[in-house]
Amino acid sequence: MATYSTNEFKAGMKVMLDGDPASIVENEFVKPGKGQAFSRVKIRNLKTGRVIERTFKSGDTIEAADVVDVEMQYLYNDGQFWHFMQPENFEQVQADSTAIGDNAKWLKEQDTCIVTLWNGTPLTVEPPHTVLLTIVETDPGVRGDTSGGGGKPAKLETGAVVRVPLFVQQGERIKVNTRTGEYVSRA
Amino acid sequence: MAPDSPNSADNWRPTASLATLRLRAQLLARIRGFFAQRGVLEVETPLLSHAATTDPNLHSFLAQSLAPGDAPAAFYLQTSPEFAMKRLLAAGSAAIYQVAKVFRADEIGRLHNPEFTMIEWYRTDFDYHRLMTEVGELVAESIAGLRRLQPAEKLSYATAFLRHAGVDPHTASSRQFADAARSHGIAVAGLAEDDCDAWRDLLLTHVVEPQLGRERLTFLYDYPASAAALARVRPDDPPVAERFELYLDGIELANGFQELTDVDEQHRRFERDKRRRVEQGLAAIPSDQQLLAALAHGLPHCSGVALGLDRLLMCASGARSITDVLAFPFDRA
Repeated sequence: MATYSTNEFKAGMKVMLDGDPASIVENEFVKPGKGQAFSRVKIRNLKTGRVIERTFKSGDTIEAADVVDVEMQYLYNDGQFWHFMQPENFEQVQADSTAIGDNAKWLKEQDTCIVTLWNGTPLTVEPPHTVLLTIVETDPGVRGDTSGGGGKPAKLETGAVVRVPLFVQQGERIKVNTRTGEYVSRA
Repeated sequence: MAPDSPNSADNWRPTASLATLRLRAQLLARIRGFFAQRGVLEVETPLLSHAATTDPNLHSFLAQSLAPGDAPAAFYLQTSPEFAMKRLLAAGSAAIYQVAKVFRADEIGRLHNPEFTMIEWYRTDFDYHRLMTEVGELVAESIAGLRRLQPAEKLSYATAFLRHAGVDPHTASSRQFADAARSHGIAVAGLAEDDCDAWRDLLLTHVVEPQLGRERLTFLYDYPASAAALARVRPDDPPVAERFELYLDGIELANGFQELTDVDEQHRRFERDKRRRVEQGLAAIPSDQQLLAALAHGLPHCSGVALGLDRLLMCASGARSITDVLAFPFDRA
């Protein structure tokens, strides 16, 4: 198994920490005027998403994690797993609800997501920054209202609920920012 | 820090602004003026040397001649001009200073660049407390008009540790240091349980240092004997190394010693370093015989200090990273 020495540490590096895959967020080299040097890192556990601080004695090594980010197309949900395909070689993987987390509500068939694979198994799935989704349910708004002030809830085809301006109607396709969960525009 | 950023086409550019480079020149001019006024002689000594530091925590760069026919002899880039300057002192130079480039492999980060600039000076007949005063004066003069600071403070190493880390650095066991680190929320990997010095350094860097030099210069002095480096050890109970460091904004700016003049003790420290290098699997380094010969001839009582010019410039300009004050940091060198 590959290892990294503290002097190779940099942001984004994927390593094994306490048995879990983790990603280095920030690495600070600290050293007293004379004496022992350290690498003080902020590191994200890729299973839990939690960021912790950990200090390593300079020169120590840590096991590399076989973690890669792959662009994959979302295919379908079979009720238990979400299935993704790598368009170049048609290889498929299935992600469980832990990997999908809150992002299930943004997944639309054919959309391209970034799937983080650990030893070939999805750890996390990142949906596109913005997605186009159809409104399946919303109260009829007041015609002529274009200010967008106030707004109303709208249920989208994936189950997500977002606030939309009053003039946007059921059946319309809208663009939504998946990071903030906010309506961007009509599609 | 490999030059793999998306902007690598821009890597020919300096990382410091031209205004900062002008400030660097201004600082250097003020520093040279300071020493000229006080009759301290500017000297130059070799950057490339046959011997190097034996300190197991310092890693030298090795250089080699590529000239055809040359035997592949090893030379070292200096990690400090200390040994050569002490030879000048032993030869009767009296007070001297140097603006020196120094090189330390494997030291790279927000406050570290493997090649950096040191202002190093020696004062014969000064004890280390008097030298601390002069260091404070030099810093104050060089950043005058750039930073306004409260009056400097002096803290013994023990006082600072007791105040900020809650342990006595001279008497605590490695377990007590480890407990103190845990109580400050520090999780560490790779430290041997009985490596007392490393645990103490962990607390120093993670807990104590960030509290030092807040809007004022803080001098830390009288170090544990095991952290003496090249300082004289005073046989108190417990014995203390007559060593100091200067902090501003939590950043170590300078390190100084009441210089060790005893050739036998210097020889013992070299030998102890060599044993530690072997234990730690580090490259063997020839210890500096010229320094030992100079000490045998006689080094006058003196104090010496090294001040990091780049970090002083950081504090003067409010830079967050050393790369902001260097024309070309290591990854663009």
